[in-house]
Amino acid sequence: MKQKTKKWYEYLWIWSIVYFTLGFFNILFAWLGMIDFLVPLIFAIFSGNKGFCNKYCGRGQLFRKLGSDCKCSRGKAAPKWISSKWFRYGFLVFFLTMFGNMVYQTYLVAAGASGLKEAIKILWTFRVPWGWTYTAGMTADWIAQFSFGFYSLMLTSTIIGLVVMLLYKPRT
Amino acid sequence: MAKRYAEVDGSRCVACGECVYACPRKAIAVRGGCYAEVSRETCVGCGLCEKRCPAGCITMLQREAVHG
Repeated sequence: MKQKTKKWYEYLWIWSIVYFTLGFFNILFAWLGMIDFLVPLIFAIFSGNKGFCNKYCGRGQLFRKLGSDCKCSRGKAAPKWISSKWFRYGFLVFFLTMFGNMVYQTYLVAAGASGLKEAIKILWTFRVPWGWTYTAGMTADWIAQFSFGFYSLMLTSTIIGLVVMLLYKPRT
Repeated sequence: MAKRYAEVDGSRCVACGECVYACPRKAIAVRGGCYAEVSRETCVGCGLCEKRCPAGCITMLQREAVHG
């Protein structure tokens, strides 16, 4: 049987692991997540498609690797309402609202109205101290605040993806 | 020609590309970033796309018998 040659972008799941590992040691690396934020938008605006999600998304590849290759996924069909338009758009609005709130918190720190909170929030709810990843004075407080907030969002969405990967199909 | 072929319900497709990845015959493509489309001529009805689809929007259908 002809072996399928792997392309370079099929290894981007490694980047996902590297990203979260880096953020565990220095939270400022969280800014690298902006690549995963902006590149899909560039694809959408200029190519009009989800090319990033289809081919280059490291987290999607990670879910596939864990779910299919490592057989961690139950492989069950997700409830139909999960892929319904109202849930998808609703969740998008919710996620963008939480992102907007994170940006607002960053603004408050930049404006001096709030102090830097050296913690991440998982699932927008559970505060986890993350202070060892930042030393005061390394950079402006708002830069660090954005790092904590952005890492929280990335980790939250990854956890959600992992849970539905386990419960349903790998890329649910 | 294969007895079955895959059909995508475009209204439920989330264009994730899993079917494209799964298809051993490259019979599926994502159109305009909106939905997947199967080439009936190329599709061999293996069902791998149906198995992988997270939205459950792919159905395997029987081909109509061709006489004569």
